Amino acid sequence: MSETIKIKKGLDINLKGKANEVYGKAQLPELFSVRPDDFHGIKPKTVVKEGDQVKVGSVLFYDKNNPDVKVCSPVSGEVVAVNRGERRKVLDISIKSDGAFTSEAFTKGKPKEMKADEVKSLLSNAGFLAFLKQRPYDVVANPNDKPKAIFISGFDTAPLAPNYDFIMVGREEEFQLGIDALSAITGVQINIGINIDQASKLYKKAKGVQLYEFEGPHPAGNVGVQIHHVDPINKGDIVWTINPQDVAMIGKAFMTGSIDYSRSVVLAGSCVKTPAYFKTVYGAAISSMIANNIEGDNVRYISGNPLTGTQISANGYLGAFDAQITVIPEGDKNNEFLGWIMPRLNKFSVNHSYFSWLFGSSKEYDVDTNVNGGERAFIMSGEYDKVFPMDIYPEFLVKAIIAQDIDKMEQLGIYEVAPEDFALCEFVCTSKIETQRIVREGLDFLRKELA
Amino acid sequence: MKALRNFLDKVKPNFEEGGKLSAFRSVFDGFETFLFVPNTVSKNGTHIHDTIDSKRVMSIVVIALIPALLFGMYNVGYQNYLAAGTLEQASFLEVFIFGFLAVLPKIIVSYVVGLGIEFTVAQWKKEEIQEGFLVSGMLIPLIVPVECPLWVIAVATAFAVIFAKEIFGGTGYNIFNVALITRAFLFFAYPTKMSGDQVWVAKDSIFGLGNDLPEGFSGATTLGQLSTGSPVVDLANNGVELKDMIIGLLPGSIGETSVIAILIGAVILLWTGVANWRTMASVFVGGALTAMLFNAIGSTTNQVWNLDWMQHLAVGGFCFGAVFMATDPVTSPRTDCGKYIFGFLIGVVAIVIRCMNPGYPEGMMLAILLMNVFAALIDYCFVQHNINKRLKRINNR
Repeated sequence: MSETIKIKKGLDINLKGKANEVYGKAQLPELFSVRPDDFHGIKPKTVVKEGDQVKVGSVLFYDKNNPDVKVCSPVSGEVVAVNRGERRKVLDISIKSDGAFTSEAFTKGKPKEMKADEVKSLLSNAGFLAFLKQRPYDVVANPNDKPKAIFISGFDTAPLAPNYDFIMVGREEEFQLGIDALSAITGVQINIGINIDQASKLYKKAKGVQLYEFEGPHPAGNVGVQIHHVDPINKGDIVWTINPQDVAMIGKAFMTGSIDYSRSVVLAGSCVKTPAYFKTVYGAAISSMIANNIEGDNVRYISGNPLTGTQISANGYLGAFDAQITVIPEGDKNNEFLGWIMPRLNKFSVNHSYFSWLFGSSKEYDVDTNVNGGERAFIMSGEYDKVFPMDIYPEFLVKAIIAQDIDKMEQLGIYEVAPEDFALCEFVCTSKIETQRIVREGLDFLRKELA
Repeated sequence: MKALRNFLDKVKPNFEEGGKLSAFRSVFDGFETFLFVPNTVSKNGTHIHDTIDSKRVMSIVVIALIPALLFGMYNVGYQNYLAAGTLEQASFLEVFIFGFLAVLPKIIVSYVVGLGIEFTVAQWKKEEIQEGFLVSGMLIPLIVPVECPLWVIAVATAFAVIFAKEIFGGTGYNIFNVALITRAFLFFAYPTKMSGDQVWVAKDSIFGLGNDLPEGFSGATTLGQLSTGSPVVDLANNGVELKDMIIGLLPGSIGETSVIAILIGAVILLWTGVANWRTMASVFVGGALTAMLFNAIGSTTNQVWNLDWMQHLAVGGFCFGAVFMATDPVTSPRTDCGKYIFGFLIGVVAIVIRCMNPGYPEGMMLAILLMNVFAALIDYCFVQHNINKRLKRINNR
């Protein structure tokens, strides 16, 4: 193993409502839903219609640009709705579970002993390729590309994030088979970032991978930060990324011969009565997990962590790339009097004009969704730099994106970043600038212009 | 608070588009957001936000200015009573209240004119009111002489807010520090109201407080006297000593004289991280080194050369500029490395102007404005360095 990479810049936001390392009991729900928007960058072509019977692994839609990228049903049952929005854009596909989780066929075996094309077509048909993402642009990977490496972040440092040491327990064999499959289809080095504070036994046992140890606050667990410090992306490079649970999901199919989209998620946040881990399936309704487990009636449900997640309703569904459901209070009825001048001892801020920095890092905060101010032009400088551990000037990059200056974006390193890398910048921003939205739009703009 | 909230909710429709008072929407919005933190929640991106906002940042700067303001008020009274020779008989309170009454109208004029323009522009652009002028409006009265007429301040403030800020797009887009543009405008358009030896001491009594000074009374700033060749700073004899400069009971612009009061402000700004220590420290380093250089060379004709570095930093507007003006994040470089160079050069240029330009006894204002011009260039160099590093990475593959 190479030496430890120390991440100095960043910020751990200590929120109330951390989960204990136990699994809660909740039956799998009846309703499942798959949203094409979760798979950013693909042009969905739907192949199912209302009333179709599907199995686990039956194709729901595929990418018009890359028909090998298929998104499959996480559950067996009946398609109950294909909801469309403006210009017939598919918003989501709802499936009613029959409870059996009958799977489409998958060839059991050892990916190491199979041909690359064979493994690739197995992964494609089972819908696994859609879980590979690529940099640049932070979109679903194009399986016809030849990436220069695959990166897996073995841990998550976001607020209230799941502990991967816990959720990956007992999945060694599956994980190894998944790694073998990825190795078989690309033939490139697979890098895993591990956390110095965690045992990471599973990763350390894995063969055919290169481990990199990281130390430091969030966003040390962001795969983009890890790539930047290990093998930065230059113009023209492509790097694939995938979540550890999805690697194990791929491996499990090779081990058992059936497709299983189940994964562990953490339900956390200050509005959850008993935060805990749950075993569920991607696209599952969160209703059974949150039943009788939520305090307060004005709360926000987030699929993902509070920095990068997607807002969903109480009847919402687990996003395709998420292993976390966060429930925090809404801040739309605070009516806080003269808040801007008050000491606000119970509120969290990195700025020293408040006092949270004196209370140490062990104090937990109950943070709501209030923006705490109006949007302004850039005023304070150097705020982003303190939480952005890459050799990139984040503020200048954001400005280049706003100006739609393609040359400047390239020069300032846009190929290395994803919106999630800017989440902390957005959090600390005095001017309340929506940096993640700007970066997302910038990446989409660049991808379209350079296509 | 609930009653107030309900009242605001009740009258709010009048101020919205189509309401009776929609011409005052920006004003209402400004007051509403000051009374209550807006209930806006995040719609995309991060679901949680830091508690800091630009109102907080701006108010911290205003708070940091208060010691200098209060001391300035006292000093205005002190100079008046001292000049009239009645200091002994006057109580502390009399002296302070006289100064307070002399300074207050300037603060009011500066805020009314500046905020009036801000409110109008916000209404016209259908935007929220920006808080930037809260700081500028407090800085302006502190960097003018006490005898500067109110109408002149009003004209200069209007000029600066419109031509140094609003035409660039408002707070966050300006190239020059707004308060310093106000001062520069005064300095060049109304030099008799801003410099010389007639403006630094309040000459008229207010409501029976203070003393009426004779018409021809003159009291120049320490730097002003030095530049005309009078050796007021005499280390050996009883001239102005370093101690006097640090305490600050000397003629000068209202807020700039006391190093102690400014230092309290500096501690607040640095503690809260609202001002960048890199800029502030570099200004002092740059100024000190340059002063040492001039002091080492020495001069028989120009007394300013003979000040030692501590006196240079303590006298005039150096401290005030370094702490409150140079650190303006909008008009200084955005890169951390850039701030060192920016600050250092401000210190250097300020002392160079003091020593080498007989026309301007004080160089701080021009030094900061000059470096404001170069802020973007300094940033450009550091950003380009980062870009080149990235290009090199590709070429080395």
